[in-house]
Amino acid sequence: MDNWSWEIFFDAFPVVLEGLGITVGLTLACYLFSLIFGFVWTFLRRVPFKPLNWIVTWVMEFIRSTPPLVQLFFIYFAWPMVPVVGMTLSPFTSAVLGLGLHFSTYIGEVYRSGIEGVDKGQWEASQALNLSTRQKWLKIILPQAIPPTIPMLGNYLIIMFKEVPLASTIGVVGILHMANSYGAQYWAYLEPLTIVAILFLVLSYPSAILISKLEKRMNRRFDKKETLNSSKGATT
Amino acid sequence: MRGINITISVLIASAILGYLMAFIAGLCRLSSNVFIRKATGFYIELFRGTSLIVQLFWLYYAVPMLFDIQLGSNWLVGVIAIALNYGAYMSEIVRGSILSVAKGQTEAATALNMSSFQRMRLIILPQAVRMMLPEFGNYLIQMLKATSLVYLIGMNDILYYGNILRSNDLSQAPTVYLLLLVFYFILALPIIWLTRKAEVISKKGVAS
Repeated sequence: MDNWSWEIFFDAFPVVLEGLGITVGLTLACYLFSLIFGFVWTFLRRVPFKPLNWIVTWVMEFIRSTPPLVQLFFIYFAWPMVPVVGMTLSPFTSAVLGLGLHFSTYIGEVYRSGIEGVDKGQWEASQALNLSTRQKWLKIILPQAIPPTIPMLGNYLIIMFKEVPLASTIGVVGILHMANSYGAQYWAYLEPLTIVAILFLVLSYPSAILISKLEKRMNRRFDKKETLNSSKGATT
Repeated sequence: MRGINITISVLIASAILGYLMAFIAGLCRLSSNVFIRKATGFYIELFRGTSLIVQLFWLYYAVPMLFDIQLGSNWLVGVIAIALNYGAYMSEIVRGSILSVAKGQTEAATALNMSSFQRMRLIILPQAVRMMLPEFGNYLIQMLKATSLVYLIGMNDILYYGNILRSNDLSQAPTVYLLLLVFYFILALPIIWLTRKAEVISKKGVAS
């Protein structure tokens, strides 16, 4: 442990911390993007037109099984060269698009599982009540489909937070980028990288605990509701 | 595309090491020894709580300085980082699957006077492994995606050669990266197929 120096540690700490705002901001931006875009995937998959369905499924599979790093490079370096639709994007925007798109395919699956989890009777009931498609989705299906998926969505927030440092490779000045440039400047990688690791641990571990608590509470709530309903049914 | 052997060799080595880690850590988590359980818990939380890319840099830059050891090539660093990271994730699957084997099985094995080792090897694991297979397949795809990160610690994998091609002719960038993506996808296809197959196998003959 001779090479560890607290001096450098405290010197590098504020430098690395400067990048934290960007890292967290980027995480939230990516998350928002993928939450919205996840819906697009889910609904595209529900379109009752076989070829489109098939294409969407494979596009999702493609995005999911190729490395986000290469996707980032594609969007940042290659997108400006693409004819017609190409344009130059800032590193931050490319990161939001790249990581957001990557994770939206996962989020889309989460939504799908939520929607499939809605009891079949609910669909039939909303049909029987002559609700329009819009009413059916907004008033019946989605309010029931989304809450059970909240813990899973929270998990994805943490996963995304841990993937965001990838964006440092295309020049987003997050904490990892800060640590690397500090390391390059003073030839001291040990302390700044350790700070980055500690920051990640400090931020993601409590949120992971929070999510698992939330999950337990959600489970209890939904179980309770069910038992409540069934007991009601039994007495009346 | 000359970097393909590096990508594949990193994938295979880290997959083997990762599965090994997963089993070791997963079984240690279930150990009756408090110390072992807590220590593995710490390892798992440590590696799940930080991101792979940070671990990769940390192993590559910080560990040699901190402990004055050389981990050898960056190939080894990449493999170790990916294996430790995904080993931590997969150990939870190992633990979950073992715990979900019906308790009656353990009791029956005890009643048959099996030693705890026999019980684990002959009764519990054969049932648990089947449940793990689909998730293991999913994580194999994750590991494939993670192998692209070794480019960042200076290895000549397919992404490295792709970047060289791009810098030779900037207008070729879309083609190069699209080719790379297709390449990874082709590598992933057999894994996806195997995972689907594993799902069918693991469901077969299991009363739900």
